[in-house]
Amino acid sequence: MLATSFHTPKPSSRTSPHLAGDLAIWIFILAELGAFAVFFGAYAFTRAKHVADFNTAQLALNRDAGALNTLLLLTASAFVVRAVQGAQMGSGIRDARWMLGAIACGMAFLIVKGGEYSAAFDAGISLSSSIFHMFYLSLTFFHFMHVILGLVILAVLWNGLRLGRYGVNNMNRLESGAAYWHMVDMVWLILFPLIYVIH
Amino acid sequence: MSSTETHSTARRTAALWLLLILATLLTWHLGENQGGGLLTAALLGIALIKGLIVAFDFMALRHAPPLWRILVGGWLLLVCALIGLAFWKGSLT
Repeated sequence: MLATSFHTPKPSSRTSPHLAGDLAIWIFILAELGAFAVFFGAYAFTRAKHVADFNTAQLALNRDAGALNTLLLLTASAFVVRAVQGAQMGSGIRDARWMLGAIACGMAFLIVKGGEYSAAFDAGISLSSSIFHMFYLSLTFFHFMHVILGLVILAVLWNGLRLGRYGVNNMNRLESGAAYWHMVDMVWLILFPLIYVIH
Repeated sequence: MSSTETHSTARRTAALWLLLILATLLTWHLGENQGGGLLTAALLGIALIKGLIVAFDFMALRHAPPLWRILVGGWLLLVCALIGLAFWKGSLT
């Protein structure tokens, strides 16, 4: 491809320490991580006062759905990495399909989670059912909203890749959006064992 | 990036993805067991390792300045330690 021959990687760019993406997105990521840390801490220390109630309510959760959603987010993250790698080597247009795969996995996550919510509401579970359910619904919904925002970002990146906008000298937007998506994935890696598994 | 380098990074990503998937299946499987301090520690340890792989490899923090590695790696450590502490506290009552 023509674009490849013009973009020779700068020798220093891969050796000197650097953040993948914009500083602003990383500061935003830190703020998000701070909010999730407060949520996780509040859950864990509230549970310490209501161990039996939390354990009983947790057993009724669909752990299979939680595990499936973890697999979907991890796969989406790996696909995003492949799309970024593709753009880096100048095959962003072809490798845009990886981003499409990531978006499909993210949407499947929303469908599985939606199914869980609908089953919970059918069973009469609401925010006021118990302290556990208050945490379960609000924490997972807070994360759910982040997946939706992440998917919007991935869709924009997919479009940019498709149009050949990213290359070895123009990676900032792509890496920034990818970092945000990975953050959403990383938070779920803590959320899943915390709420669905550990008792 | 040369094509051999790209090939090896793609293989690395696939290998880490497989590791993450296996770790998730292990967590899912361990969840069938009765709780307990050791199990909680194991599950938190698995979550920590998974988080570090995503942060350092997928988010490319291994190429980042030390401050950022400390901030995000520290977040993972702190969150897992706090959860461990809270579950230990809960097991005393």
